[in-house]
This record gives sequence, C-alpha cells and structure tokens, in this order.
Amino acid sequence: MPEPTEFTIDASRRGVFHFSELWRYRELFFFFTWRDIKIKYKQTVLGFLWAILQPLLMMVIFTFFFGRALNIPSGNLPYPIYVFSGLLVWNLFSSGLTSAANSMVSNAPIIKKIYFPRLVIPISSILVALFDTLMGFVLFALLLIAYQQPVFWWAVLVWPMCILVGALATLGLGVWLSALNVKYRDFRYVIPFLVQVLFFLTPVIYPITLIDVPALQYALALSPMYAVVELFRYPLTGQWHDGWLVAISLGANVIFLLIGAVYFKRTEDFFADFA
Amino acid sequence: MKPILEVDHVGKKYRISHRAGPYLSFRERLWHTFSFDKTEAEDFWALREVSFSVMPGESMGIIGRNGAGKSTLLKILSKITPPTTGRIVSRGRIASLLEVGTGFHPELTGRENVFLNGSLLGMKRKEIEQKFDEIVAFSGVEKFLDTPLKHYSSGMQLRLAFAVAAFLEPEILIIDEVLAVGDAEFQKKCLGKMEDVSKSGRTILFVSHNMAAVENLCDRAVLLEGGQHIFAGPVADVIEQYNSRNLVSQTEIKLPKPLDAHAWLDTLTFADRQEPVYYFGESIVLRATYVSEKEIHPCLGMVVSSIDGTKLINANNRYQKDGQETFRGTTGTITCQLGAVPLMEGKYTVSLFFGDEKSDTHIIEQAATFEVKERDLWGTKKTPPRKASYLWWPVQFTLTN
Repeated sequence: MPEPTEFTIDASRRGVFHFSELWRYRELFFFFTWRDIKIKYKQTVLGFLWAILQPLLMMVIFTFFFGRALNIPSGNLPYPIYVFSGLLVWNLFSSGLTSAANSMVSNAPIIKKIYFPRLVIPISSILVALFDTLMGFVLFALLLIAYQQPVFWWAVLVWPMCILVGALATLGLGVWLSALNVKYRDFRYVIPFLVQVLFFLTPVIYPITLIDVPALQYALALSPMYAVVELFRYPLTGQWHDGWLVAISLGANVIFLLIGAVYFKRTEDFFADFA
Repeated sequence: MKPILEVDHVGKKYRISHRAGPYLSFRERLWHTFSFDKTEAEDFWALREVSFSVMPGESMGIIGRNGAGKSTLLKILSKITPPTTGRIVSRGRIASLLEVGTGFHPELTGRENVFLNGSLLGMKRKEIEQKFDEIVAFSGVEKFLDTPLKHYSSGMQLRLAFAVAAFLEPEILIIDEVLAVGDAEFQKKCLGKMEDVSKSGRTILFVSHNMAAVENLCDRAVLLEGGQHIFAGPVADVIEQYNSRNLVSQTEIKLPKPLDAHAWLDTLTFADRQEPVYYFGESIVLRATYVSEKEIHPCLGMVVSSIDGTKLINANNRYQKDGQETFRGTTGTITCQLGAVPLMEGKYTVSLFFGDEKSDTHIIEQAATFEVKERDLWGTKKTPPRKASYLWWPVQFTLTN
C-alpha cells in the first residue's frame, strides 16, 4: 500500500490504530527483530545455543529440587516434561515482557529522532522472545522423543495457537508497561519483581490442583499465562483441570490487551517528550 | 500550484516543572495529587503561531538563535511530537534527518547498519538493495563493510551515515544541522549532494547555524525568534535580518535571562571600546556580569567562532588554576583578558557558557559578534593574505645557514 501523499499533522491524531500504517512499516519489524537477535548472541561462543541451554538448565534444576526433593506431583507426566512444557511458554512471556517493557526506554535515542509507529518497538522485542521460544521448541521435541511421551495428534494445532496466545498475552502487558515505563521510571524496578511474582502464581512448576481452595484457584487463573500453560500441556495429557479457569485466564488476556493498547495509543505521541 | 507544505498557526506548549529530570517518578505523581501546591509547573511555548508555506521544489532555510524553536518545529514536521495548536498539511512524503546515523549499532557491521538505518529512515529493503553500491561508493568505506561499526573511526561512521541519508528520495527532505560535523572536505561533498537533491526538484527544509550553507542551498528562509516567526522572504534578506537582529554590534549586550537557571549571565561588554572592532594584533578584553540565587564560584567559558561557524578558540576558568578558586559571590563581574588574539581580518562570534565549578547553567550561543580589521602591525607595508586562515600565529622564526 503506498503512503498517502497528502496528510495533516495536528494536535488530534491520537486514539485510533492505523493498521495500514503498521503494515506499511512491516519491514521495520523484521529489521528491529533481526537487530536484537543478532546483538543478543553476538560475541558469545555458544551463540544461539543459549536459547536452548537456558530452559534446559532451568528444567534440570527444577526437576532436581521440586520433582525429586519436594516431590511435587505432575499428574501423569514425567516431571521434566511437565516443567519444560511450562517453562517453554513461560520464558516467552517473561523474556518478552521484560524486554518489551524496557524497549521504549532503551530505544529512546531513535524515538527522539525518527518517526515510525511506536508499536513496532515492543512488538519486535516480543518477536525476539518468540524466536528463542521456537529454538526451545526444538529441544522440547527431542525431549518428548527421549521420554517416549505419547502426544495427541491435534498438538500440531494446539501448540502454535498456544504460542500465539502467549505472544498476545505478553503483548498486552508488555505495551502497557513499556508506555508506563517511559513516563514513570519506577517501572524499571517493578518489572523484574512482577515477572518473579507471576512465575510463582502461575502453575508452571506445580499443578494448580496443589491449591485446594477453589476461590484461590480462580484468583490465580487471572494470570494471563495460566491458560497458555494449561492448554500447552493439554495435548500431552488429554485432560485439563477446569475449563472455567482457562476461560477466566483468556478473558484476563483480552482485558490486558485492551488496556495495554489503549494506554499505549493515548500516550504514544508524547514519548519523544518524555523519553 | 498548491504549496507542498503548509504550516498553519503551529504552536507547541511544554510544561516546565521545576524538577530535576524530564520524566516523572510515581512518587512525585502521587505527591502532586495530594499536595495543595500546584504552582510548580509552568507553561512554556516553544513555538507560537508559526505559519509559512513551501512550494514544490523550493529550498527553505529555517534560521534563528538557539532556543528560537527551530528544533521543535523540525520535530513537529517530522511527526516526532504533535503540535499543541495549529496544523500542517503536507502534500508529499516527508523524510527527516534530525541526526545522521540514527539507530546505528556498534555491534553490527557497516553493511547491516546501512540496512537498519535506511529502513528506519523509511526506505524499503528493495530500494536499499538497489542503491547499496552507490551508498557504499559515496561513503568510501568499501573495505570495512563487514567490520563491526565499533571499529570504525568517528569520521567513517559519519560518512557512512550521511551516505545512507543522501540517497533518500522523499518529496520533502528535512535536514537539521547534520553538516555541522565532519571534516571540511566531506561537508563540501554533502553540500554538493544536497544541491543536487534540490536541483532534482525536491523540496528541502534546512536548519543551520551555518549562514554560508543556508545561503548556498536555500532560495527562501524563515527567521524564528523566541518561538515566533518574525520574518520570511528571500534568503539574503532573511540572513541580513538575522545578522542585524541577533548579532547586534554593541559594546554592552544585555543577555537573555534563561527560564529555569539559578545562576545566569546578565551582560557582556567589549571593554574600552566604542564599537566591537579591533585591529589585527590588538588586545581584546571582555567583561561579563552575572547574577546567582546562591553564592557560587562563577565559571565562564567562551568559544570564539568565525562567522561561518568554525570554532577557533576555547577558554574556561573552570579548568584553569588562577589562585581565585575560593572566590564566591551572588553577583559580580568576570573580566576576561584574551590578550593579543591572533585573529585575522573578519567577523567573529562569541558563545558563552556560564555556571559554577561543576556544570554550566546558562549557555548563550553566538551571544555577541565583533570584527577584526586589517592593519600593518609590523610596518612592513605588507599584510598577510586574508583568506589563508583564521588565526595568525606569532611564530618565532630563526634563520641559520
């Protein structure tokens, strides 16, 4: 789509999403993502292997402490499979959220000098996390083979969908936090804390059935990643605990996405003045 | 024919709050909500009621002193920040170059940076691929294309950055003072390239302190002062206006008081002069008065530049040891003995940097101008060639065989 040649710049260009404009700048998504992936693994000996090593080491540690030492139940799945399937999507969320939330501030020099749809920046940092997740997925597949874990065939539909929903969950909170972070640098300290808290509130390393108070279960389902983690394991076990919990979590996702998008859009024009 | 760019009563208001940082902390926000004292923010109009229009193919210069609102205007035109009032109608694709090499990353190679920067400036990947060889040839860094940018010299980085920008092909090109950097030869090359651009029928908006460059490149110009546009017309007239308004030839100059500084300069005087004119080899004495809210150790820096913007002389008592380090005061005079400054015939400007021993609080670019006239200093009936250089150095020559 060619750029319209006549346009107006005035005080009231807030409030609407210009999807056509985002589309016009599609190459920029690629360049930002490509830049961040390149820089992330530049001057590292192991390079892209780090994307696989991190979740692998986490899995080993969690398996040892929680699976063996604390004997946390994992349903009918081997604990390593259980924890890795959770960590895979969780890492998408945690690293995507952290980098998206800081992306506006770390790209401030560019924001101050060049115009482009600001949404490109947080979305690209989530795409970087998505890349790592896909690398981790390769390892996950190997792990499934090693443990001879049966998988329902419709996993090929459910898994990509889970990853997409996970990316959207990350996007909602991510763009909201990135906009807040431009204005209030307090969020620099809030974000790592928030990610840590959500990690323990989301049943990544333990099943939600471990909590036997139904009200508390509903509260925990508000975590945007609950549905993703639960659905991701669905093709492995063929069962889930409570459909309502998944629905609540998906609903929370939609709300976060709306809040994030609206807040971002409302403040976007003034990023250059604050950054 | 309709103008390609119409700027219609554009204004930009900033809220200046008397705090340290430009961004808020959440605590401050909360505190502000619950406190009765709401006076800490004050409105500041960086631009007010600016209107002008540019016809297709025209080159428009935007000139004015620091703080006149040039950068704010460029930011609004580039869609980086929205105007508070008014509107701009553009009938062409705008590309703006507020800085060369935006988004350059030191870890990426030259080749990678060309693509990243080009795409940030709004070029399509295909477009960059097509022009890639030309860009590289213009920059002259062919050999280092696959070397990370961090190993480039700053001159090489600049050349590569400008090369990318030079091959942008928007209908309207907005250029900030990117030419103020780089070596003279490369500046010339860039100016030449920009002249080509304007001759090819594209519209250019050019902001610079470099009057020679503005005059060279632009047909018309707008003069901004204090956020308001006060004069527009053919470039030569506007530059004349600028010179007569801003570089007033007085011996005592009342300096503009900054908005938010706690210590500032009040006046600058060319001591013992009727007018700021010196003959070659004469001693120059400047006298500045200052006011401060607290007792400070006043530190004054000055940069003497030629009229085309080349910085020639730099001095600052902050960095010198003069036995007066314990001096403190709230008002006073700083006398600067420049001695017999070896400036050749020509016009020069003085920029001032005032503050305490730690940092500058009041910066006035081109605060004053003075002239140096030719004379036969040694009675040899011969005077050195004028355009050879700005500075005459009193070298001690010893002849032997």
